Amino acid sequence: MKISGAEILVRTLIEQNVDVVFGYPGGQVLDIYDKLYSHQDEIKHILTAHEQGASHAADGYARATGKVGVVIATSGPGATNLTTGIATAYLDSVPIVAITGNVSCPLIGRDSFQEVDITGITMPITKHNFFVNRVSKLADTVREAFRIAKSGRPGPVLIDIPKDIQTSLCDYEPAEPVEADKKNAAETGIEEAVRLINESEKPYIYCGGGVITGSATEEILALAEKTDAVIGCSFMGISAIPSDNERFLGMQGMHGHYASSMAQHNSDLIIAVGARFSDRATGNKSKYAPHSKIIHIDIDNAEIDKNIAVTCGLCGDVKLTLQKIIGAVDNKKHPDWLSEVDYYKKEEYRHIVKSDDMNPVNIIETVNECADEDTVIATDVGQHQMWAAQNCKFSKPRKFVSSGGLGTMGFGLGAAIGSQIGSGAKSILITGDGSFGMCLNELTTASYYNIPVVIVIMNNGVLGMVRQWQTLFYDKHYSNTVLDRKTDFIKLADAFGMKGYRCTEIPDFKEKLQSALSGDSPVLIECLIDKDEMVLPMLPPGGSMDDIIVERLGG
Amino acid sequence: MDRNIIAVLVKNHFGVLARVASMFRRRGFNIDTLTVGETENPEYSRITATFRGDDAIKNQIIRQLMKMPDVVHISELEKSSSVSRELVLIKIKNNKDLKQDIMSVIDIFRAKVVDYGTQAMTIEITGESSKIDAFIDLIKEYGIIEICRTGIVSLQRGADSIISNIK
Repeated sequence: MKISGAEILVRTLIEQNVDVVFGYPGGQVLDIYDKLYSHQDEIKHILTAHEQGASHAADGYARATGKVGVVIATSGPGATNLTTGIATAYLDSVPIVAITGNVSCPLIGRDSFQEVDITGITMPITKHNFFVNRVSKLADTVREAFRIAKSGRPGPVLIDIPKDIQTSLCDYEPAEPVEADKKNAAETGIEEAVRLINESEKPYIYCGGGVITGSATEEILALAEKTDAVIGCSFMGISAIPSDNERFLGMQGMHGHYASSMAQHNSDLIIAVGARFSDRATGNKSKYAPHSKIIHIDIDNAEIDKNIAVTCGLCGDVKLTLQKIIGAVDNKKHPDWLSEVDYYKKEEYRHIVKSDDMNPVNIIETVNECADEDTVIATDVGQHQMWAAQNCKFSKPRKFVSSGGLGTMGFGLGAAIGSQIGSGAKSILITGDGSFGMCLNELTTASYYNIPVVIVIMNNGVLGMVRQWQTLFYDKHYSNTVLDRKTDFIKLADAFGMKGYRCTEIPDFKEKLQSALSGDSPVLIECLIDKDEMVLPMLPPGGSMDDIIVERLGG
Repeated sequence: MDRNIIAVLVKNHFGVLARVASMFRRRGFNIDTLTVGETENPEYSRITATFRGDDAIKNQIIRQLMKMPDVVHISELEKSSSVSRELVLIKIKNNKDLKQDIMSVIDIFRAKVVDYGTQAMTIEITGESSKIDAFIDLIKEYGIIEICRTGIVSLQRGADSIISNIK
């Protein structure tokens, strides 16, 4: 029996085990929404306030679960509103499938109402995209989109479906859900990597997001144990390694921990796993790791030698490749190296001044005390994000949801909603007043669906990260970073139908946070902090690990 | 910097050329020439691209291309093991007094005149880029009106074909 393209699409999504989609209806997806109505018992549709929020929610869902997130939007502005979310997912290698409607085929290319060339627009920010011009190709296109999104290095895939394709009739043959491509260990370079590891006296393992994607936590810990290495991570690698592991030094790079940045800088071998040597992770590339040989393991061959020329590149699944290496390396002890690293740790602690103030570090530590191991911590972008990255404690992967590569302010609320729906655990969004202002419309989504997201706003009344740069490098010219807005976040929460609290003391914040986490509804907590708080340590622009700023400079 | 020639076998889909060109553009790689056309198998098109760059650039270009789902195979075409040609049409001013000189240059380079008028003539020349550059250099003084170059096409020497590499 022939069925419509819209029906084929929804059935194919069900085939792929999709049980929730995020989106927003519109003229050119009416037929798809009609079929979502018929299949509402099989696929839950979450209506957001804005397509951007839906795209971040699909992204947050994918990050928290490892499954493919799905977002649907109409043509034209619906489609363009997805682009920030798609680019965010692309830069952080998150598997999402974005489905857009478009005007009917005969109207394509004529600048019709709400027509936009979304496949052209998203070409550089998707892993791949499709324009479906025949209904007979629709089902296989959707299957192929899911396969591409989750295979190898994951990423976003967009499918643009003109309205007449949604209404055309075609035969539909059900199929098994598509599997991701088979994973393989690196075929070449293993022997050289093993030799480099055996020769190393000061090994440092640099974990990227690929350790989480490739489920390689155990292998990293086993390799570190066997070779007596220390471990650091990029921003994207946060939550890959349990924070309390004694070999783990935390995030390296621009706002990384002193100990991990110094250990990396002074190591003789860096074993980079599922990482891409981003400028934020390495600092000045010409001064990067001057004494180190580098092994780079990544599933994406194009990452090898892209940013940093390495001694030994291994292209393959990180878990399987590490297993091969672990089996072949010698047991080693490097007491001198570990005591050198201990010195860096002590140096790091020396710069930390403890107080009981309502300051960012105490706020994050309170979050650590109240959250359990399943709680997802989502963030927006800016100072609060770096404070969270430096201080949040994790014991399981996929519990830190944050826009690393693109640095998308406004990402957090949608992502917190998506990650809560995906994981079933509580989500805490740590955000700032600047970022939160960008996409706070999604409060309506959290409120309507009663999603237990706790929103912690660090309100300093300024765009803190930009202000920090203006303080340090632009003669305190606070150009357009003093917000002084009149927004009353408590009334705002009330207007959207949720509870809101303003806290000025840590004990009060802790009480409100605990009570929020024990409930089943969204809660907003505003924490007032000082506008001149800085994220430290910091590598100044163009600096190397040697130039790290650890203490507040005068004024 | 070295000039590199690569042949990229791609699925013959709508928009493939735009994808490949978009990748070159957004990653800041400069293409010298780019030609594209269907192969003996209509499922595939062949893109021949030439660019300048060291091994690091070349490897990065090849790896980025290989990631694209529409790219099926890439062959590097080394000068010693491939034949490369470019076809160029050059329109120059006709000049009665210098006609003999022009014709002898055309003869020496085995070019031919494909359009002839009292005001202008159009010359067709085929060959490797170095030969064409030398020819243009010589003919320049007679007054070039316009030039149209196809870009380089190139095949591996021997009996193999690029499609035979598909697993």
